[in-house]
Amino acid sequence: MVASTAAARAEVLVDTRPQRRTIRDRLKRDWTLLALCVPGVLYFVVFFYVPLLGNVIAFKDYAPFLGINGSPWVGLENFATLLEEPEFWSAVSNTLQITALQLLLYFPAPIALALLLNSLVGHRVKRFIQSVVYLPHFLSWVVVVAMFQQVIGGAGTVSGFLNTHGITIGNLMSNPDTFKLLVTAQVIWKDCGWGTIIFLAAITAIDMSHYEAAAIDGADWKRRLWHVTLPGIRSVVLMMLILRLGDILSVGFEQMVLQRDAVGAGAAEVIDTYVYYHGIRDGDWGMSTAAGLMKGLIGAALIYAANKLAHRFGEQGIYR
Amino acid sequence: MERPTIAGRTLKFLVLTAITVAVLYPFGLALGTSLMGRAESIANGGAYVLFPSKPTFEAYAVILSGGAVTRSVLISIGITLAGTALSLVCTVFLGYALSRRGMLGGKPILLMVLATFLFTPGMIPSYLMVKELGMIDTYQALIVPVLVNAFNVVVVRAFFQNLPDELFEAAKMDGCSEWRMLWRIAIPLSKAVIAVVGLFYAVSYWNTFFNAILYLNDQSMHPIQVVLRQFIFRGNAAAGSDVAIVRDLPASSVQMAVLVIALVPILLVYPFLQKYFTKGVLTGAIKG
Repeated sequence: MVASTAAARAEVLVDTRPQRRTIRDRLKRDWTLLALCVPGVLYFVVFFYVPLLGNVIAFKDYAPFLGINGSPWVGLENFATLLEEPEFWSAVSNTLQITALQLLLYFPAPIALALLLNSLVGHRVKRFIQSVVYLPHFLSWVVVVAMFQQVIGGAGTVSGFLNTHGITIGNLMSNPDTFKLLVTAQVIWKDCGWGTIIFLAAITAIDMSHYEAAAIDGADWKRRLWHVTLPGIRSVVLMMLILRLGDILSVGFEQMVLQRDAVGAGAAEVIDTYVYYHGIRDGDWGMSTAAGLMKGLIGAALIYAANKLAHRFGEQGIYR
Repeated sequence: MERPTIAGRTLKFLVLTAITVAVLYPFGLALGTSLMGRAESIANGGAYVLFPSKPTFEAYAVILSGGAVTRSVLISIGITLAGTALSLVCTVFLGYALSRRGMLGGKPILLMVLATFLFTPGMIPSYLMVKELGMIDTYQALIVPVLVNAFNVVVVRAFFQNLPDELFEAAKMDGCSEWRMLWRIAIPLSKAVIAVVGLFYAVSYWNTFFNAILYLNDQSMHPIQVVLRQFIFRGNAAAGSDVAIVRDLPASSVQMAVLVIALVPILLVYPFLQKYFTKGVLTGAIKG
């Protein structure tokens, strides 16, 4: 009895202290900070969240002169037409083929290069190679494609060199059969070096004593790589893979737009270019928005599923 | 641990040399060809060369003496300067506010920024928004729709959060306002990260290509990357696409001079960028 009154009294005492502020107090205190948020928040609302709602035109027969509100609802008709469109399926197939090639060839490339860089003993050599391989990441796609053109294009130096030595490779820049390998090579050239940054950081974070212990136990470099380094970077590799999965249906939009004319839509049409050419160029608004929306939803679902899977394997994933 | 074997070291050396050459060769080729004289260019049928016989700035003189390239370079410089300044202001402001603990509405605003990593609104709704705002055929269309990058906000916020709390506490005791704290404490201590985020923005504005095609119908407004595309791919673009057909076939030296102009600013800022970017990328990756 005595104890409970004491507790009640203490509670009253606590209550009288102005511990929780009212919204108005906090508003008064934080208004400068809120004002600082205004331009950025406004940007995300206007150019992200409102357009997100604009996806309703996937369910409408959108006509520019009627506006989004004025255009009539058509339910899932756009999706139905889209799924019967052979060109759309060709774009889906191209996208998936290119993504598969990139997962196979481009995804492991930075990991391999990071391992190679990490094995370098000389500090200056390592810094120099890093400076070189990071550079192409900052070039625009126009510049990258132009550079490929001057080396392996029809009049390129390498194709010319091979020609004079009796090997004809033709113009690789306009060959639809090898185009998917070409774009993968371009992505590797541009971003492989940049991609090493995160893996190099993960490798550096591995405790050196693990390597020493393994070496004392007689593990050669191959075994140390397999039993120490690779397990040490597993979570980062998995995290990058999850992020890549979310992008599985996006394959270098600018890269494709730039080269579509040279190799033709049959080889270079991907979902993003399909949306652009059919929607903005040809005015097939509803149907191409439906294509874009489906792509976005599949991407988000894949990230979600991959993240769940990562948790199941006892990894952090990208969010909890 | 054992020393690497001779064979292993030779192999490593060869692989690294091959990678270095593969990256640097196209740069050398572009530069070499751009310095080739017009006569030499015509004589060898427009081939690309690493070392021109008589280096000359002829090609640069031609394209920088007014005309489409000169105009596009000026446009790109303007877009880059204005865009970078505006983007930096918005990013630093938002990053600072979100770095302050216990701000009213801080959590939902942060979530709102982070959610943009997961999906995109799609090309057509974004295009219609720009059109709705009357920005078609205006330079704003190259800046405003890409004004703030969520990743950069996260990087800046992470950096501000790692500044010692005591500084802000002490300033608050002395009656310093948040606005003054931003300018007197946060920004001066974060020059490196602000510089690197600014350079990231600058590089992306300089490299603007597709938004210009999407939002600018008026070819006299096109930035350098679009003009470069016309010079390089004019053959492919002839079949009635959106690209203006450059009538007289430019010699390869002229093409490469345009290419070099399009990448020189990147090469100029690269040393600065490289000094800090690893740090920036990593903070972003860890906190994001």
